[in-house]
Amino acid sequence: MPDTDVGPAGSPDRAAHVDREADTMIQMLTPEGERPEPTGAALEYAAYVEDVTDDDLRGMYRDMVIVRRFDAEATALQRQGELGLWASLLGQEAAQVGSGRALRPQDFAYPTYREHGVAWCRGVPPTALLGLYRGASLGGWDPAEHGFALYTIVIGSQTLHATGYAMGVQRDHAVGTGEPDRDAAVIAYLGDGATSQGDVSEALVFSAVYNAPVVFFCQNNQWAISEPNTRQTRVPLFKRSSGFGIPGVRVDGNDVLATLAVTRAATERARSGGGPTFVEAYTYRMGAHTTSDDPSRYRIAAEVEEWKLKDPIARVKAYLARSGAADEDFFAEVEAEAKQIATELRVTCRALPDPPPESMFDDVYAEPHAVLDAEREEYLAYRAGFADDTEEVRT
Amino acid sequence: MDHDPKVVLMGEDIGALGGVFRVTDGLQKDFGEDRVIDTPLAESGIVGTAIGLAMRGYRPVVEIQFDGFVFPAFDQIVTQLAKMGNRSAGRVRLPVVIRIPFGGGIGAVEHHSESPESYFVHTGGLRVVTPSTPEDAFWMVQQAVACPDPVVFLEPKRRYWDKGEVPEGAVLRSPGDAPRPFGAAHVARPGADVTMLCYGPMVRTCLAAAEAAAADGTADIEVVDLRSLSPLDLPTVMASVRRTGRAVVVHEAPTTLGLGAELAARVQEGCFYHLEAPVLRVGGFSAPYPAAKIEDEYLPDLDRVLDAVDRVLAH
Ligand SMILES: Cc1ncc(C[n+]2csc(CCOP(=O)(O)OP(=O)(O)O)c2C)c(N)n1
Repeated sequence: MPDTDVGPAGSPDRAAHVDREADTMIQMLTPEGERPEPTGAALEYAAYVEDVTDDDLRGMYRDMVIVRRFDAEATALQRQGELGLWASLLGQEAAQVGSGRALRPQDFAYPTYREHGVAWCRGVPPTALLGLYRGASLGGWDPAEHGFALYTIVIGSQTLHATGYAMGVQRDHAVGTGEPDRDAAVIAYLGDGATSQGDVSEALVFSAVYNAPVVFFCQNNQWAISEPNTRQTRVPLFKRSSGFGIPGVRVDGNDVLATLAVTRAATERARSGGGPTFVEAYTYRMGAHTTSDDPSRYRIAAEVEEWKLKDPIARVKAYLARSGAADEDFFAEVEAEAKQIATELRVTCRALPDPPPESMFDDVYAEPHAVLDAEREEYLAYRAGFADDTEEVRT
Repeated sequence: MDHDPKVVLMGEDIGALGGVFRVTDGLQKDFGEDRVIDTPLAESGIVGTAIGLAMRGYRPVVEIQFDGFVFPAFDQIVTQLAKMGNRSAGRVRLPVVIRIPFGGGIGAVEHHSESPESYFVHTGGLRVVTPSTPEDAFWMVQQAVACPDPVVFLEPKRRYWDKGEVPEGAVLRSPGDAPRPFGAAHVARPGADVTMLCYGPMVRTCLAAAEAAAADGTADIEVVDLRSLSPLDLPTVMASVRRTGRAVVVHEAPTTLGLGAELAARVQEGCFYHLEAPVLRVGGFSAPYPAAKIEDEYLPDLDRVLDAVDRVLAH
């Protein structure tokens, strides 16, 4: 710990303190799209991406372009009144695709409300995400089918669910068997703000004492709505877990290759019985918190400009172009495909039907519940009577 | 805040942003970061530390960003905040105000439209209030801050956009300065046939229903704005029901064990011989708050309120 001369709440020296640690970050692709020989800490992780081919890199580039395009379309749909709200992932594509692509089919992910890129990697139909933000559904997909839990809005809750799920995986002897299709890891996504929640500390405690096969994947996008992460921590977030007995690592979250490597290392550790890991993916929320937010009230534009230079997609494109792994035709193809997906999405979004009102009584319980069932009957009778005398509207 | 340097504001995004509803807009600029405190993202932490600050002589006014996010703080509120006065034989008083935007009707995603008032009303040691108009909000928040007890101050979020006259700059220096006592119900519209008991966001809905019923000659409805949910102003409620002989309770919260259950029981106990009809309740259903596209079917509206009026009048 450095100086403890704690000034009044919000004293500006704190920001400087947290950022001094940025040099311990694992990076494999520079913002300029160079892939230097790994040294130092990155060397340890290089083995995890040795098998990554140009084709794989092109695949991750494609994922990121599609996800960004889809995200932009969703923002536009919100502006046009088709969605009630949208939480954009702009700037976090590499953190999400890199970690999402590190997962195996038998793994299980617990997202927040912003993990559209991970959802894409898990095969969740983008329309299902839109249904949620349109106000047409409260869930929308089958978690078991995709190994991807429902979005969680209450900050931090899902980290405990992930830990419990991982405890179940352990009890099912799906850890440390050495069978590649059997051993499973669980990954819990969370934001920098979320690290302050009691639930997250409790998840760290549980996962540590039970050695649960879970990875805490914290996307430090620097902001929790209007609060910079200096309001949540006085140490770099990846150091937060060591006191719980959980190793922490900071990765350049705008570097898809490094994120893939670090998440692979962490998930493989979990699958093999090595226990939990805390990954801090250092990234940036390029847009507003959600479409309801106005970031000009609390952050300066220059900060955003600075992060534009570290764009997660541009660096992969530069690398692919420079190394000759992809040509203009490839980039144009991906662009066209993303456009096509966005166009289809726009159509399916607009066509999403409103749920039938009486569906609010559905699935509240697995078995009949007399009071709720009576309420549904009364409601339907009320509606039916109402339909008869539409003449007599009394407003 | 000008008046009492011990008043501090705490919450998520209440500083530079002014809160997600801008209720604290500009206050950090005026009073500084020491008095308008952006907290870490941790509701249990916010309320728990507010309790400690209050024990040290401060008057924390905390903001919970949305109704659905008060639950991480629920333990601190019901096991600590509510009980301290009683446990300490009155030696410790915790003048903490917990402001919570509550209720639905704004087309939000889940956890942003809930009505958790019953949990707090059910907990001895807390006062629970909710204004229904800008003027009432203006005075009531000052009364809440002045109150020596913990106050859960529920702000009907869909009425944030309502406009009304307020005596700008007026400061509550003694209890008599406010037009209505803290804890008192208010007859928002006098009427002879049916008493409608409501609060917060439903007051405007009920007033509109009363106007509609008056316009088509169905009924002369008295609308009682409860304002305080704990304690309930039972004398005002009883006086009204004794006059009209009929009562309908309206709230957004689920009907099951909602305020309507309490009010129906109290009215039945206190006005049994004056009642011409059973007390009816109009409220949310015993299901989770639904997706935004169908929330209008969940929330009591003019028609559901008038339907209940028809039914009490039919007796
Ligand atoms: C328990 C709880 N409190 C408050 C909120 C309101 N809220 C929604 S998102 C958010 C900020 C989250 O920040 P962070 O964890 O950094 O994730 P990010 O949104 O930046 O991805 C807040 C305060 C909430 N959803 N849940």
